[in-house]
Amino acid sequence: MALADARNGSSEPPKVSLLYNPALRSVLYQVVTLVVIVAAVWYAWNNVVQNLARANMSAGFGFLNSRAGFDIAQTLIAYTSDSTYFRALQVGLLNTLVVAAAGIVTATIVGLLIGVGRLSNNWLIARLCTVYVEIFRNIPPLLVIFFWYLGVLALLPSIRSIFQHLEENPDAIFFISNRGIYMPAPVFGEGFGMVVGAFILGIIAAIAFTIWANARQRATGKRPPVLWVNLGLIVLFPIVVFLVMGSPLSLDYAVPGSFNMRGGMSIGPEFLALYLALSLYTASFIAEIVRAGIRGVSKGQSEAAFALGLRAGHTTRLVVLPQALRIIIPPLTSQYLNLIKNSSLAVAVGYADLVAVGGTILNQSGKSIEIIAIWMLVYVSISLITSLFMNWFNAKMALVER
Amino acid sequence: MAKKIVTALVGAAVLGFGATASQADTLSDVKAKGFVQCGVNGSNLAGFGAQDSQGNWTGLDVDLCKAVAAAVFGDATKVKYTPLSAKDRFPALQSGEIDLLARNTTWSISRDTQLGFDFRAVNYYDGQGFMVKKELGVKSALELSGASVCVQSGTTTELNLADYFRSNNMDFKPVVFEAQDEADAAYNAGRCDAYTTDASGLYSIRLKMANPDDHMVLPEIISKEPLGPAVRQNDSKWLDIVSWSHYAMVAAEEFGITQANVEEMKTSANPDIKRFLGEEADSTIGADLGVPKDWAVQIIKAVGNYGESFERNVGEGSPLKIARGLNAQWTKGGLQYAPPIR
Repeated sequence: MALADARNGSSEPPKVSLLYNPALRSVLYQVVTLVVIVAAVWYAWNNVVQNLARANMSAGFGFLNSRAGFDIAQTLIAYTSDSTYFRALQVGLLNTLVVAAAGIVTATIVGLLIGVGRLSNNWLIARLCTVYVEIFRNIPPLLVIFFWYLGVLALLPSIRSIFQHLEENPDAIFFISNRGIYMPAPVFGEGFGMVVGAFILGIIAAIAFTIWANARQRATGKRPPVLWVNLGLIVLFPIVVFLVMGSPLSLDYAVPGSFNMRGGMSIGPEFLALYLALSLYTASFIAEIVRAGIRGVSKGQSEAAFALGLRAGHTTRLVVLPQALRIIIPPLTSQYLNLIKNSSLAVAVGYADLVAVGGTILNQSGKSIEIIAIWMLVYVSISLITSLFMNWFNAKMALVER
Repeated sequence: MAKKIVTALVGAAVLGFGATASQADTLSDVKAKGFVQCGVNGSNLAGFGAQDSQGNWTGLDVDLCKAVAAAVFGDATKVKYTPLSAKDRFPALQSGEIDLLARNTTWSISRDTQLGFDFRAVNYYDGQGFMVKKELGVKSALELSGASVCVQSGTTTELNLADYFRSNNMDFKPVVFEAQDEADAAYNAGRCDAYTTDASGLYSIRLKMANPDDHMVLPEIISKEPLGPAVRQNDSKWLDIVSWSHYAMVAAEEFGITQANVEEMKTSANPDIKRFLGEEADSTIGADLGVPKDWAVQIIKAVGNYGESFERNVGEGSPLKIARGLNAQWTKGGLQYAPPIR
């Protein structure tokens, strides 16, 4: 309107039908769209309820408070067959998050290494990395999972042979079998909280020292020994506290039970297969993204850096990578989202993720629509949160234009 | 913008129509489309629902599908099979994708009421058991404390397993698979110490193992598993046809009518047999049921009586060699009992 006023040069607005008012129009369209969407969703839901009622079934989420009745092998929180369906879903969700988080971290590291490796001047490294990418990128993830589960992990020594091995070597504490990896579990004694406190304090102090060191470098041109001081603060300090507190940590060893190892800590083959498959599969895509990112930085940039006398490491870290990251992050987000969604392939090997547990509940309770709604809602939420975080990270890394 | 509105409307329409498809009268639907859509076991469970190398379906459950088609159409080939996993079977029936679920499904009260199904006939009385490798030296399920147990998800088996170990103060590690084939492979690879499912299934799975003699089924039967066909609730006409198709097979065995002698039995002096085979004048049994008059003859011609079907699929005539046990005629101490056909 302001524009129109300025053009007419008069204070009175021109007489136009309200319908042609652009501001009103855009609001009107949005309201109409919203009403249509709400009506459609309401209509669909109502229809579902009516049809379920006709089939003598009820709709709603009340069933989540019923007793589950089935057991789950991998539980991070307390759960028995007496727990509710809701609790079972929480167990499944946590399992999904764990495998997704572990997978993302590993896939990123492996992908970065392979991506950089493909650009290596070393012929062998570059070719090996190319072979890796071409193999894993071109096999469906489900097959990769089966490969690990049935082709690798199932062929490991049986639990019986582990028992035998233990009889011959009573001091062994770390075992790999086709039932998973067994290792001692840490048991935290009294005063271990102090060690954790010291560790956190050390990190805070290290951050503060780094900020101070940066300021000092800017002021004087001299760089204090950041690495050594920080190592001391983060590693040495907690160790000293640990020793002062009288080593409040013991180990719970895995010992042979009647059929399985008892005690200790174990990682099941279902988790391992899924985690390895997801990590290595996604890493091949990340490697290509990293390679594209590095290639996307013009050669002149590193040549200019060399001309200024920067060493190769500094050139990569200070000149090439920051620019490459701007190209890498957006497609990287999609790969993270793919990994999270692919984790639902867990059902194939019996890892108790959200889909596997939800599927069991769906079958025992018959609440298919509700369970599928929960699945969709949870995956959308996880994906959106991941996207939000990556967008924030992207904005932070983006070119700051002045 | 207009595009968006149209998209929204089309979306709503799809959702709406998709959900309103009515399914109150399965018999009319089946007659209109000309075949019975039957949900069967999708994991090649020998003896119940399995495909041979030519792609032909065989099994006790498959015979029931054929019997229903024979009763309705007089032609046992008018069946289309939908192979289903334990998890997919209930939504498939609820949504109307199949007309009849004959997939070694246990009749339980929650499935009868909460899931919106109806059961009546039981075509195999089963019970849950355990299979172990002989080398473990286990002689009873009560010695399984601490064991890893392979089980299929979404089954009554999974629930019985938890209850059994709990009530006997034993602990166990469930290793849960959605598909039976994967559970088989995992058990075979030594991922689990024991495998649990319905005893009939254990015998069938044992045959699939590299060396069946290395495995044994433990003596304990820890649950009642009456397996029978399920249909959608509130469709009693269809439930009648499905149930009486099974009872016709059982009655035929009781009468001594077989695939081979059904034609000569039509002239039997026994009025019960004549009525059963539709030879009695003015009999309205078939019409009242909603099928042709000679429905029982068609069933027997197609799949034989219950005893013949049993022996061919799971009994002496099959690799499973399961004894009749609970599935013998009531006259021989079993539970198979057809209500009077009159």
